[in-house]
Amino acid sequence: MEEAVAVNSFKLLSFTLGTQEYGIDISFISTIVENNYSITRVPGTSDCMKGVINLRGDIVPVMDLRTRINLPGVEDTQETKIIIVNMEEYSVGIKVDQVNKVIEINKSTIEKVSGISGEDSSDFFSGLVKCDDRLIILLDIEEIAKNLNTVGDKNE
Amino acid sequence: MDIKKYLEMFIEEAGENLQRMNQALLELEQNPDNESTLNNMFRIAHTLKGMAGTMNFKKMTKLTHTMEDVLQEVRNNELMLNPELIDILFKTFDALDIYLKNIIDTGHEGSNDYDEIINMLGTIRKGESKTVEVSNTASNKNIFDKGVENAERAPSVKFNEYEKNVIEKAFDMGMKVYYITVYLDKGCVLKSARAYLIFQLIEKHSDIIKSIPIVEDIEDEKFDDSFSVVAISKEDEELFIKGLYSISEVESVIINEIKKDNTTGIEKAKNQPSKLETEPEVVCENAVSSTKSKSVKTVRVDIEKLDILLNLVGELIIQKTRLEEIYDDKNQIYLESVQHLERIISNLHDAVMKARMVPVEMVFNRFPRMIRDISKELGKEIVLTMSGEDTELDRTIIDEIGEPLVHLLRNSIDHGIEMPYERKRLGKPEQGHIYLKAYQEGNNVIIEVEDDGHGIDLEKIKEKAVEKGIVSKSETLNMTKNEVIDILFKPSMSTSEKVGNLSGRGVGLDVVKTKIESLGGVVEIETQLGKGSRFIIRLPLTLAMIHALLVYVGGERYAIPLSNVRQIVKVNLDEIKVVQKREVILLNGIIVPLIRLDKLLNTPESSAHKKGITVVIASKGEKLYGFTVDSLIGQQEIVIKNLGKYFSAIRTISGATILGDGEVALILDINSLAF
Repeated sequence: MEEAVAVNSFKLLSFTLGTQEYGIDISFISTIVENNYSITRVPGTSDCMKGVINLRGDIVPVMDLRTRINLPGVEDTQETKIIIVNMEEYSVGIKVDQVNKVIEINKSTIEKVSGISGEDSSDFFSGLVKCDDRLIILLDIEEIAKNLNTVGDKNE
Repeated sequence: MDIKKYLEMFIEEAGENLQRMNQALLELEQNPDNESTLNNMFRIAHTLKGMAGTMNFKKMTKLTHTMEDVLQEVRNNELMLNPELIDILFKTFDALDIYLKNIIDTGHEGSNDYDEIINMLGTIRKGESKTVEVSNTASNKNIFDKGVENAERAPSVKFNEYEKNVIEKAFDMGMKVYYITVYLDKGCVLKSARAYLIFQLIEKHSDIIKSIPIVEDIEDEKFDDSFSVVAISKEDEELFIKGLYSISEVESVIINEIKKDNTTGIEKAKNQPSKLETEPEVVCENAVSSTKSKSVKTVRVDIEKLDILLNLVGELIIQKTRLEEIYDDKNQIYLESVQHLERIISNLHDAVMKARMVPVEMVFNRFPRMIRDISKELGKEIVLTMSGEDTELDRTIIDEIGEPLVHLLRNSIDHGIEMPYERKRLGKPEQGHIYLKAYQEGNNVIIEVEDDGHGIDLEKIKEKAVEKGIVSKSETLNMTKNEVIDILFKPSMSTSEKVGNLSGRGVGLDVVKTKIESLGGVVEIETQLGKGSRFIIRLPLTLAMIHALLVYVGGERYAIPLSNVRQIVKVNLDEIKVVQKREVILLNGIIVPLIRLDKLLNTPESSAHKKGITVVIASKGEKLYGFTVDSLIGQQEIVIKNLGKYFSAIRTISGATILGDGEVALILDINSLAF
């Protein structure tokens, strides 16, 4: 992720799961939509994949981020949103509790992650950053939106 | 001007022409006296030479040129088309094919000059050298004469103030100003590309300050067969003459120096055509119409454009379905409109689908040559009979079906057809026969590869399978014929003792099966020891839209392709039997295995407790399976939407569709679910 030489910062979208704030580099984000799409379950996929939705004629898979990073699930609310991210070969929708705002971050202020939560989750986190007096966990979107499809092929 | 935009067109047309030449030579091999085929081949060679020349592929041009000379002599009965010459010609085609492949991969012909082939062609011609010289001088004369003719039409040119100033400046600097007119061959294809090369050459040694007509018009080919430029240069006109004449399809060049006292803009100093001092390499062409003849009725369309069209039609259909759900029977006009709209969209869909359809001939046409080569290599005598080449398939399937077919054919040649002496011993005709058939059946296209070889030895297969640990010996005792054949499709099965170039590597049939299933098709084998084998490939006719049966399974909606559905029955619990630990039902005396879809798909609700269940009887190839569903919703034409790369590994689902209410329903892959 290279920026122009003069700029040593990037923008991230911050959102919340429970009380913890997370951030994703906005260069991956295509759009944010309301959680009022009908989700069709796809058999034989991993638990975090809720299914697919019809996004203006395109079939887009949707995952529950909480489940993906091993947090307990919660009921949907009015605030629940789906963030559509564009990976190289496909798009994925990521369901989150609440979307906050776009923040500009200076790369030098990013701290390393060490022992934040269980061993499983550390792959998902690419750093910590302080903003005002809040702590935002940066997510490695490529790891999170990685194709999990070797799991769950129930045939034969 | 950019020659690259022609590259794709060149590749396609050159490929087709090479293919046609191969076909023609194969025909000539069987009927050497067929004059029209010979003439045809000559014409194609000539066209190829021109095309290669236009694109500045020097090696390809030279090779084609040499070949064309040889063909010319054959036409004039100065040379005999014997087996030796035929073999050399085939080698030439192969070399040209390699040039083309290099061009496709890298944009360049590669570095091989194929001197050996050129020499071989040259040696064959050596006998008739006298005639060759005569024709050369004749062509020399021709160019000169044409030049004189052209000079009579004295052109004149006007300069504007700016141009006059530039020319004045040139004179001041001691430069020369030339007025160059180039005449292209009347049969020249791609005039603007040719003009581009000419410009390139002239600009190497000069600055072009004006062109008649203007550059844009030349790029759009808005000129007859000549155009002129005014160029400022230090060089002598000899340089331009030599260079321009070395470009093919240049008929003649008139170059006049504009002298100082002529800057009022009209008339030139000399008015004679420039003579070419050295011996020209261009051979005079007498014959020959261009390829343009068939382009009147057809248009080349980029497959991507068709895909876009198809997508749009798909969207139209989705919206049409939604409209139908807003049933307003009080409004007659609305009703009629919607029905009319439905008909139009249906027709539009059919038309677009037809546009994507391509005859299988496109894939079949390379097989005769391939079979000839391989059978020669193995010392077997094989005749290939093809039928139904005009059967059409969707373009995307055509692209993928070639490889599996090649493998099946090679299998037949390698394993199937016996050596001639063996066949004689068995009382069979020495010549083995391979039949390649294509035909439409309902919503499918069937392709069959059949041979009269010695069939598949089931015992040998069982042995090999046990050897490789694929099945146990006891399992083989009770196997049906079909079950043994199925083993053939498992990876790492191969009964060939020798690992030849073609087969015996044990990776063949399972790859064929996977590829065909990925196209939505199935492959089956029929075989009889001693008599032969037949491979049957069934492919769906259309890719993007299908008739489907919508059903509820475990509370969720799914679509089952109607082409798989044979019957729908209602079954009571007590009609379900258990045979060898599997649930089955009896249908018209046939035992049909029952598959509990809700269980397989892990649906939230289950039908295990229900008393009477609806069973959809579907076919996978020739076998029948019964799938349990909650209830039927109805029959509908649906647009298949790709499930996307994220889920591409899921085999039970072959795609998705958007229903009239905007929700997504998954399409079940019956072939994967049936077991």
